[in-house]
Amino acid sequence: MNAARESLIGRSVERREDYRFLTGVGQYTDDIKLERQSYAYFVRSPHAHARIRAIDAKAALAAAGVLAIFTGKDVASLGGLPCGWLINSVDGSPMKEPKHPIIAEDTVRHVGDQVALIVAESLAEAKAAAALVEVDYEMLPAVVDTATANQSKTAVHAIAPDNVCYNWAIGDAAAVDAAFARAAHVTKLSFVNNRLIPNAIEPRAANAAYSRADESYTLYVTSQNPHVVRLLMTAFVLGLPEHKVRVVAPDVGGGFGSKIYLYAEETALVWASKRVGRPIKWTAERSESFLTDAHGRDHVTTAELALDKDGKFIALRVDTTANMGAYLSTFASCIPTILYATLLAGQYATPAIHCRVRAVFTHTAPVDAYRGAGRPEATYVVERIVELAARELKMDPAELRRRNFIRSFPYASPVGLTYDTGDYEATLKRVQEIADVKGYAARKAASSAKGLLRGLGYSCYIEACGIAPSNIAGALGARAGLFEAGEVRVHPTGKVTVFTGSHSHGQGHETTFSQVVADKLGIAMDDIDIQHGDTGKVLFGMGTYGSRSLAVGGTAIIKAVDKVIAKGKKIAAHLLEAGESDIEFANGEFRVAGTDRKKAFAEVAFAAYVPHNYPLDRLEPGLNENAFYDPTNFTYPAGSYICEVEVDPATGVVRIDRFAACDDFGNVVNPMIVEGQVHGGLAQGIGQALLEGCVYNADGQLITGSFSDYALPRADDLPTFVVETAKGTPCTHNPLGVKGCGEAGAIGSPPAVINALVDALAPYGVRDVAMPATPYRVWQTIQTAKR
Amino acid sequence: MATASYHRPVSIADAGKLLTENDDARLLAGGQSILPSMRLGLLAPSALIDLSGVLELKGNRIDGKSLVIGAMTTHAMVAESREAQSKIPALAALAGGIGDRQVRNRGTLGGSIANSDPAADYPAGVLGLGATVRTAKRTIAADDFFKGFFETALEPGEIITAVSFPVPDRASYVKFPQPASRFALVGVFVAQFGKAVRVAVTGAGACAFRAKPLEEALTKKFDVQSCDGLVIPADSLNTDLFGSAQYRAHLIAVLARRAVQQALGQS
Repeated sequence: MNAARESLIGRSVERREDYRFLTGVGQYTDDIKLERQSYAYFVRSPHAHARIRAIDAKAALAAAGVLAIFTGKDVASLGGLPCGWLINSVDGSPMKEPKHPIIAEDTVRHVGDQVALIVAESLAEAKAAAALVEVDYEMLPAVVDTATANQSKTAVHAIAPDNVCYNWAIGDAAAVDAAFARAAHVTKLSFVNNRLIPNAIEPRAANAAYSRADESYTLYVTSQNPHVVRLLMTAFVLGLPEHKVRVVAPDVGGGFGSKIYLYAEETALVWASKRVGRPIKWTAERSESFLTDAHGRDHVTTAELALDKDGKFIALRVDTTANMGAYLSTFASCIPTILYATLLAGQYATPAIHCRVRAVFTHTAPVDAYRGAGRPEATYVVERIVELAARELKMDPAELRRRNFIRSFPYASPVGLTYDTGDYEATLKRVQEIADVKGYAARKAASSAKGLLRGLGYSCYIEACGIAPSNIAGALGARAGLFEAGEVRVHPTGKVTVFTGSHSHGQGHETTFSQVVADKLGIAMDDIDIQHGDTGKVLFGMGTYGSRSLAVGGTAIIKAVDKVIAKGKKIAAHLLEAGESDIEFANGEFRVAGTDRKKAFAEVAFAAYVPHNYPLDRLEPGLNENAFYDPTNFTYPAGSYICEVEVDPATGVVRIDRFAACDDFGNVVNPMIVEGQVHGGLAQGIGQALLEGCVYNADGQLITGSFSDYALPRADDLPTFVVETAKGTPCTHNPLGVKGCGEAGAIGSPPAVINALVDALAPYGVRDVAMPATPYRVWQTIQTAKR
Repeated sequence: MATASYHRPVSIADAGKLLTENDDARLLAGGQSILPSMRLGLLAPSALIDLSGVLELKGNRIDGKSLVIGAMTTHAMVAESREAQSKIPALAALAGGIGDRQVRNRGTLGGSIANSDPAADYPAGVLGLGATVRTAKRTIAADDFFKGFFETALEPGEIITAVSFPVPDRASYVKFPQPASRFALVGVFVAQFGKAVRVAVTGAGACAFRAKPLEEALTKKFDVQSCDGLVIPADSLNTDLFGSAQYRAHLIAVLARRAVQQALGQS
């Protein structure tokens, strides 16, 4: 027997996709140039709320190079953009689902709402013509504020006169009330989870073409899930035959959730491409991205935690208002419910939890999933209130957490999830070591000597990744499946092409998935190619979101690989004249157990495609297998973060002095990629805590509509992260034992930062600092507290 | 972006001639403000007159007790200039802290002060040092130069040729960056000439201005305590997402204190 080759699992293999990204040979949607392509430009509403009295496009239509102009009237007979999750209110009524037209019909409902689509020979001509379109607006008052939207006299949609989309609740209210009645201590806090603008480095773009030859459409689009785009677009909006539409999402420069959704622009382009008879291209300008990409977060919450005399949590009561924006984006409705309230147990064995969620419409851009999607909001609620309770009880916040950790698995939480595994004590203990909590007192004294305030904050998060299974999700209102599909195509020479329904837009799937397949098949990574992002190539796919790719998409691939190996054994048994049950597969070789009779993987592949010596009477030729995988449960990554900040009370400047993270992602395939994901997530979470905040004024104008006013984190805003992946508790229900790591950093970090800041400001009696904790806001908080 | 005709004269005289010949022409220095404004459709000049070919506008030299910097000298050149570093290190540091590397390699002193962006750094240095702005036809004292929000004493067609900076005994500039743009939310330039102290502020008002209460206090005694407890009036200061007028007024005193500390070489 050969020595088993070293496993590729757990190795920091360099990312094979980086060569093309770093040398400028990636192919992004804007790089796609189609024969005779024309250009689109959207006339957008400058008002948050207005009735369109009339649109005069005559002069624009006559302008040089203009091919066509479409307005809401032209698309009124088409469907609206659908919402993929039905949430029912507590009274049993379904959520309000106003039509989301691809071009505004008679009313505009947020600044940036599309009013007309101009198609011209060049972008410059389309833009010039846009300036000639005269829109007669009757301006109407705008509803902007999340907390008070339901009290406004103005309705965003007639079908929701109080602007409430749904009133939803989860948990046992009576049990929570009873627990509060006997509580020894109650901690209560109201706070805002600030609205964020995603800002992927590549703006959204599309290029749509209609072919008269076979009456088919091809759409290139910046999407995290091209099959879902195709399904929603064809079945719900345009009424096109699904099999006649190919959607390609080539290299995509980041998404963070914002490219999950079906947007108006690409849908309008597909529709218009047949009318114009030319391919139509559109690439968002950055200012359009700010105005029209689905935003994230935007919750207003009051949370109350009840504790008994021993510091045990006995109940949690949460009341949240979530802003949906002007229309329901593709998964908007499930974010503040299914992906939020179900996470409110956190890492703690709180026996009774109740959460009410009121979703409201406002005259702002639609809000949907953004890195973490509901789980950062939930973690923020839990970790802020727990840390505040410790402060009020004068307890060590780590000790209070330890006292309440879930320690026995599987654990059924009172808000509907069953955690399969975890070890919260391990990550907390380890993060205290790598953060050097022991040395904190000395560092605090040193800061003090410089006139600076120092604070330390914890966050122990739980995450639910790879939302599943489909049947339970369906019972909860999902209108889509939550499986993933994969195909393993073995070529006659033994080379392998893997087709996956997961989409990679920065996550490094081409490397990680290759590692997994190479490890399973015992062949070289270079002999494996990973294909994704094209409905014309990939059998099906639900795409990439919710940290699901490896746990769900990777498992589908493994199932297909298993089928390849199973068939390979049959072929090898024939070739080796042995019983199928005697064939073993390891290290890329099919071997008759206990002998040195063997066939290499490539030899078996060749036999499958050149079936001269082959059991044709019993076995089909070829070696190509598909698999679909629908998980039985979410996966539950968890971790502990510690942030240490230094605050200059004279200016309000908050400097993150150190940030330590210890995450349990179960098994890890590529530690380098995982660490990179954590770094990125931490940067975004710290961005939310200290820098990023989307602000609309009372008229619904976006104040933070450019990088001059919307602060993204820069490298020098961040410390050198101390990141460690725990040995971990492998997921119990997928073959790799993996959990998902893409969102963890963004989920766990905001409360760690704000807890540290509140700790630093404790001398002033501060209990809360609103995010983003800009220097001005911190200074104001100190001034208010001093009074 | 609308089209503009492009001209690249090699002398100040030719540039002036082109300016008068073309209605609605604009001078192009480093292009760090005008080009983005044109891209955004905020400006649509008929002609751009690029001064990069006018070599006499570039570079710096010592002229008696002053450092004279040509209008077309880039921020990077000033930051790295031995003359600036040795004579007025605070000015070299100011230039080295403008924008990012790309901006510093293109942006110029003349372009910056002609634009009088309320959050630009250079106006604080020009005003704080009591510099003299030289144009093709006259000289303008810094105190008379900055008139308001993107407004200066320059007349139509007037071309800045250089700025003459008196060399102070001590000086320092402290900038508090706006978190998103990293322009100065407030920037304070402090300079001491003999007993006299000038304190100029950028970012806080419609244009750079002198903080008289600080000047008086620091002229009496040039130390950090002189800044303590000074209340800067907030009446005419800017308010936006990143700071109220009160916050800016507060920052002026805090930054002035830090500038004095730096100027005195105290850490």
